[in-house]
Amino acid sequence: MKNKVLDGIKEKATNVYKKILKKKAPELDLPLRSLSNVKYNEKDGYFEILGKKKERTLTVGTIKTFAQTLRMMGLSKQLIEQDDIASKREAYYISKNWKEAMFKQQPDSDAVMDDVEAMLMVNREQLGFIPEEKGGEIAGQLVVIDRDPETKKDLRIDCTKFGSGAYSIPISVEHLKFETKAKFILAIETAGMFQRLVKHKYWKKANCILVSMGGVPTRACRRFIRRLADARKLPVYVFTDGDPYGYFNIYRTLKVGSGNAAHINEYFCVPQAKFLGVTPQDIEDYKLPTHPLKDVDIKRAKDAIKNDPFVQHHRQWQKAIKKQVGMKVRAEQQALAKWGLNYVIDKYLPNKLKDSKTWLP
Amino acid sequence: MAEDVPIALELAKKQREIGVAEFFARNRHLLGFDNKRKALMTTIKEAVDNSLDACEEGNILPEIGVELIDMGGDRFRVIIEDNGPGIVKKQIPHIFARLLYGSKFFKLSQSRGQQGIGISASVLYSQLTTGKPAKITSRISGKHDAHYYELKIDSQKNKPHIIKEEILEWKKDHGTKVELELEGSYQGGSQSIDQYLKQTAITNPHVTIIYTNPKAEQFIFARATDKLPHKPVEIKPHPYGVELGVLISMLKISESRTLQSFLMNEFSRVGSGTAKDICENAALLPATKPRNINREMAEKLLEGINKTKIIAPPTNCISPIGEELLEKGLRKEINAEFYCAATRPPAVYRGNPFVVEAGIAYGGEQDPEGSVKALRYANRVPLLFQQGACAITKSTINTAWRNYGLSQSKGALPIGPATIVISINSVWVPFTSESKEAIAHYPEIIKELKLALQECGRKLSIFIHKKKRIQMEGAKRSYIETYIPHVAEALKDLVGYNKTDEEKVKTILEQILEHKRGGKLEKIEINNPDYDEELANMGKKEEPNEDNKEKIKEGKEKSKKSAKKPEQQTKLK
Repeated sequence: MKNKVLDGIKEKATNVYKKILKKKAPELDLPLRSLSNVKYNEKDGYFEILGKKKERTLTVGTIKTFAQTLRMMGLSKQLIEQDDIASKREAYYISKNWKEAMFKQQPDSDAVMDDVEAMLMVNREQLGFIPEEKGGEIAGQLVVIDRDPETKKDLRIDCTKFGSGAYSIPISVEHLKFETKAKFILAIETAGMFQRLVKHKYWKKANCILVSMGGVPTRACRRFIRRLADARKLPVYVFTDGDPYGYFNIYRTLKVGSGNAAHINEYFCVPQAKFLGVTPQDIEDYKLPTHPLKDVDIKRAKDAIKNDPFVQHHRQWQKAIKKQVGMKVRAEQQALAKWGLNYVIDKYLPNKLKDSKTWLP
Repeated sequence: MAEDVPIALELAKKQREIGVAEFFARNRHLLGFDNKRKALMTTIKEAVDNSLDACEEGNILPEIGVELIDMGGDRFRVIIEDNGPGIVKKQIPHIFARLLYGSKFFKLSQSRGQQGIGISASVLYSQLTTGKPAKITSRISGKHDAHYYELKIDSQKNKPHIIKEEILEWKKDHGTKVELELEGSYQGGSQSIDQYLKQTAITNPHVTIIYTNPKAEQFIFARATDKLPHKPVEIKPHPYGVELGVLISMLKISESRTLQSFLMNEFSRVGSGTAKDICENAALLPATKPRNINREMAEKLLEGINKTKIIAPPTNCISPIGEELLEKGLRKEINAEFYCAATRPPAVYRGNPFVVEAGIAYGGEQDPEGSVKALRYANRVPLLFQQGACAITKSTINTAWRNYGLSQSKGALPIGPATIVISINSVWVPFTSESKEAIAHYPEIIKELKLALQECGRKLSIFIHKKKRIQMEGAKRSYIETYIPHVAEALKDLVGYNKTDEEKVKTILEQILEHKRGGKLEKIEINNPDYDEELANMGKKEEPNEDNKEKIKEGKEKSKKSAKKPEQQTKLK
């Protein structure tokens, strides 16, 4: 695997070199990372990348990024050869040695890193780069089998034994194995709701595994859920705020992937995920307290209808989002507390789980 | 209080005619003798202007000696010597020792002097400050004697007072030499004698000036051409410019028998048809005797003139410097990247034809942060004082220089590395005062000034935009060049080639990118073989000028020091 990545880097660099020797302006082909370059692959249930590319030809406008891209490839090559890793932030600091070609801020270096990743069609971890953010948290009926970094022996982690805390999903999850008797996975948007469910041991009551995504799920989180669900053939239910951000930025990314990571959606999607709530219909059915939709919510909703291949594929989603735009309101997960703090555990979740007709695909 | 005597009788005892010379002795500032420094400057200017006018009228290539001797105690001896046609014996005392005496006032043709005040005012000033007479030598040909006079002005009567008169041995066949001793102060800077002589030399390339400064250093401004400027033709006044009083006196002294012939004889551009038209418009008979026309009729006549369409005055009476010489002058003085000049077609104000010319030198060694330098000329004479009061300055300020690529704040001269030359040439340059330092604000003149400046501005903006484009392109290329080594180095790490290959990659990349950006970049640089460094440095030393002297007074110590510091100059020969 590692050699394949190395070969890829070398091949791209050699192409550039050859082009220069032919006295032609060299170029790097990068897949376009956006929703306009994905299609919804219904059979496998994820956003599949299309052939659109952007060419980074060497010109005055691109020469800096061009140099930085090559430098980033060089850094990756070095990391792989030395079997080392660098966090995204560390990579940014390493660039400070590149004099004029250094990055001014981390978002710039992250973007170039994403470009390299997409160019080689690999995950950033394969390039030796690791993200900064935590991968999400787990509580419930699950034993994760990890390896001790020193002894390389199996390490059994019982996710029921974290008390009021939780197990953190590691950055790399490929080597993990799972043991579970749980019936489903419940992925939750907010840490607050996760805490409530953990506190009252909902996982025990419902015999499930709880995942706290903490907003848009990280790649590690998505991959963890996918591997777990695949390995144990578990259904995945998603529980977010009732707003366009929850629907498309969180749920849609988890289920089918994103435009930005179009090249790796195949591995980082969770096609079996179903949307449990809070749906626009729930807002009405449960008479939830609401907030008005913000301008960005409306824009996001309209954008989804217009540009999101996933939404375009699912009439139910279109209906739901149009309904919400019509209602002009949104509701948070915690709004259920209006009916009592444990209403969500006692009534809402059991009701919803029972009735698949109230879900969204 | 005296009882029966009316006060008017008392007053009448004190009332008498004010002598013209007395008047100017008191109001010396009107003639440019406000202070010692300016007095010295004005004296030299008047003498040189006269010499140049005389030479040109006599078709002689001017060779003028200017010598300044420091006599100590703020006294200077000024000696101006020319090779002009000389002055007949009888006229010498009148020309030098009588105010408002001369020939130029009466004729309409382009000349430096106009009023017949200048040199006699200098004589008066010299006499007032040192009590010494003016020493004049003049000879009109080898066959005639050279006459030497020592003259003073009887300031009450405005009459020459001859102190000494004799015949002299003189090496010159013809010419005039003026020697004056006066109070003055010699300073460098933008309003200095050096600057005046330099600017004169620039716009009068047919002149040789030999200048000896108070430190006994000699500079020779050698003539650059043996061609005299096209000799301005004398013209009659144009009817549109005439004023009632002048018209009345013209009618009185006219020898014409009829009004129609008077109009045809005394004015330019009036033929028999036009003359009849004027008479008709004025409701006067063409056969009226000019002498019989009274004030009311003269007024009607003036109305008639203004109602009649009369073609513009002839313009062959104007001898502009010309675009070529204007540009050449700039080149001598300034090492710039770009030069341009424009001469306007002749125009008319108050019946007087005039021609405006402008030129610009941009970039090069000039200060990009400061205001542009404006050099003003009137009939080839540099104007060094009263910049703020001058129509030329006003027009420069009122031109929208931002359109042409210079920055400019409201009501100010534009900012940028540029020198602007503006010259107005006319049979009668309307100065704001007798000291001839600033041009009056006639709308027609301002309009022409602006048009000339705009014409130059358009040429300038083409250059500035081109320069900006090239600079931007240069910046882009240097940006590219910054990153080429990074591309080469990164590739070295990735592909694993050696140092030679790295250099090769760099070279090829440079070629590729240069080729893509349209080949070699045009270079903007100073290419100025006409530049005369010595000339350019003359009078360039920073000195407080009249306009900002007030401000500088606060730091008295400093300004005193710098004022006394002798001019730093290099010797020519």
